Amino acid sequence: MHAFGQILKIETRLYLRDLAAPLITIVLPLLLLTVFGMIPALRESNPDFGDRSFIQYFAPSLLVITLAMAAVNILPTVLATYRERGVLRRLATTPASPAALLAAQLVISLGTILISAVLLIVVGRLAFDVPLPRHPLGFALALVLGTAALLALGLLVAAVAPTNKSAQAIAVPLFMLVMFFGGVYLPRFMLPNFLVRIGDYTPPGVQALLDAWTTDAPRPLHLAIMAVIAVLAGSAAAKLFRWE
Amino acid sequence: MPVIEVTNLHKRYGETVAVDDVSFDVAAGEIFGVLGPNGAGKTTTVECVAGLRVPDGGEVSVLGLDPRRDATRLRQLVGVQLQESQLPDRLRVAEALEMYASFYRDPTDPARLIDELGLGEKRNTPYQKLSGGQKQRLSIALALVGNPKIAILDELTTGLDPQARRDTWGLIERVRERGVTILLVTHFMEEAERLCDRLAVIDKGRVVALDSPTGLVSAVAPEQRIRFRPSAPLDDRLLADLPQVSAVTRSGTQVVVTGTGDVLHAVTSVLARNQIIAADLRLEQATLDDAFVELTGHRPAE
Ligand SMILES: Nc1ncnc2c1ncn2[C@@H]1O[C@H](COP(=O)(O)OP(=O)(O)OP(=O)(O)O)[C@@H](O)[C@H]1O
Ligand SMILES: [Mg+2]
Repeated sequence: MHAFGQILKIETRLYLRDLAAPLITIVLPLLLLTVFGMIPALRESNPDFGDRSFIQYFAPSLLVITLAMAAVNILPTVLATYRERGVLRRLATTPASPAALLAAQLVISLGTILISAVLLIVVGRLAFDVPLPRHPLGFALALVLGTAALLALGLLVAAVAPTNKSAQAIAVPLFMLVMFFGGVYLPRFMLPNFLVRIGDYTPPGVQALLDAWTTDAPRPLHLAIMAVIAVLAGSAAAKLFRWE
Repeated sequence: MPVIEVTNLHKRYGETVAVDDVSFDVAAGEIFGVLGPNGAGKTTTVECVAGLRVPDGGEVSVLGLDPRRDATRLRQLVGVQLQESQLPDRLRVAEALEMYASFYRDPTDPARLIDELGLGEKRNTPYQKLSGGQKQRLSIALALVGNPKIAILDELTTGLDPQARRDTWGLIERVRERGVTILLVTHFMEEAERLCDRLAVIDKGRVVALDSPTGLVSAVAPEQRIRFRPSAPLDDRLLADLPQVSAVTRSGTQVVVTGTGDVLHAVTSVLARNQIIAADLRLEQATLDDAFVELTGHRPAE
């Protein structure tokens, strides 16, 4: 559709113009991978990490940075700002629906997540001995379901927050929780066991990503929980979302 | 044939009655103004016409269609400028217009519209760097880019400087010459007088007057007063006998004639016939401002 293509094109440009967003979402995880990967000790297997190297153990957490930024930070604040400023309402007076703008934002989120995942996998493999996902299907499933769960949460925030300010007030703590349980702030081996277990079930489900990336099939329960969160948060968001 | 018909429109927000009972018709090619004090229900009324709000009572028909049921068809035909709507900060002028143009089957050339609205030098400027008046002009351009049959403009020139306001009036007149019907909400009497064929004055959700600008003025304050100094002695009866004249008085060397209708023409014809020159001639008459105050008990904006 012509209108959707135009909206996607313009929204992508706006996303790139806001340098901070692509820098933190895509460049920062890659940069951290490179910095840690250059330290030889972090590339050696270590029983603390289940016979993985630190860098193998930490790579899924770097992907969590991308997921958290795209889905629960940028997406809800952009949508709430658009609603607050009447961008969505104005679009509703034209033949293009505000739904097209929402769809464009989702495409941009998915695109950045995909790009970042591919970059981390490829650079990790070529430079730092991180294997390609050992269980590709399981990895794809874990990534898709984790992404869906987080995007649904992001949309729910956008649905309940009327303004940019209120969206940030919900999105920032949520973002920090996702980052924390995703093992970004502190690698998970440094956390007490019960926090690690909570992290297994906190979207996007970093343990399932880790299992599929470096060992074997993720646990079905981990995946199922992500699917349930995606469906629940997604339908609540669909119910509550307002264009104005 | 009316292109917009509003019949007994009623709309409330919770307990607040925003529009109580509003009816009016807008003919094809007309510039129809909606005037009224703050909170009178103007925006709510035109947003019901635009299909953005669902009326709680009454009928709205636009080009014979229902603004809610036939929304898809009407959005191609109706351009809307909302009173309070902004664009993303980093969106540039030309991008905004090209994007909006892509939504319509038969858009105008965005580049020409940018020039017509005096935004040529700002085409690559992001929205956040535009002045208030430039934002307003961009918003008008977005309402017109789809080549609409009807343009609904809420607060057309609020925030524009006097020159930009006049330029915008010129643009609206050119748009009308192309046969576009215009429904516009305004606070400015001068704007209403210059642009509008007819006006609805709305107060507290009701239409308190509906007429042409001159019709409104003469209905509220029909009397006109003419003052002049005659160049030669003048028999008051010559003027007093005219049907348009209600009184002739003297104030020093000045003659003061009060009357209605085309009293000015009648008086000047008599003077011409008697070869009397009217020095320092002044015509005093009520303005739309006076009519507005009379009708609503509010002072108009500015
Ligand atoms: N979304 C809303 N929710 C609740 N009340 C509203 C809403 N929009 C308008 N109102 C109320 O409805 C009444 C009419 O508002 P409206 O915006 O139609 O007035 P207006 O004539 O356009 O005023 P202005 O000249 O200030 O633009 C006001 O009392 C206003 O407070
Ligand atoms: Mg208004």
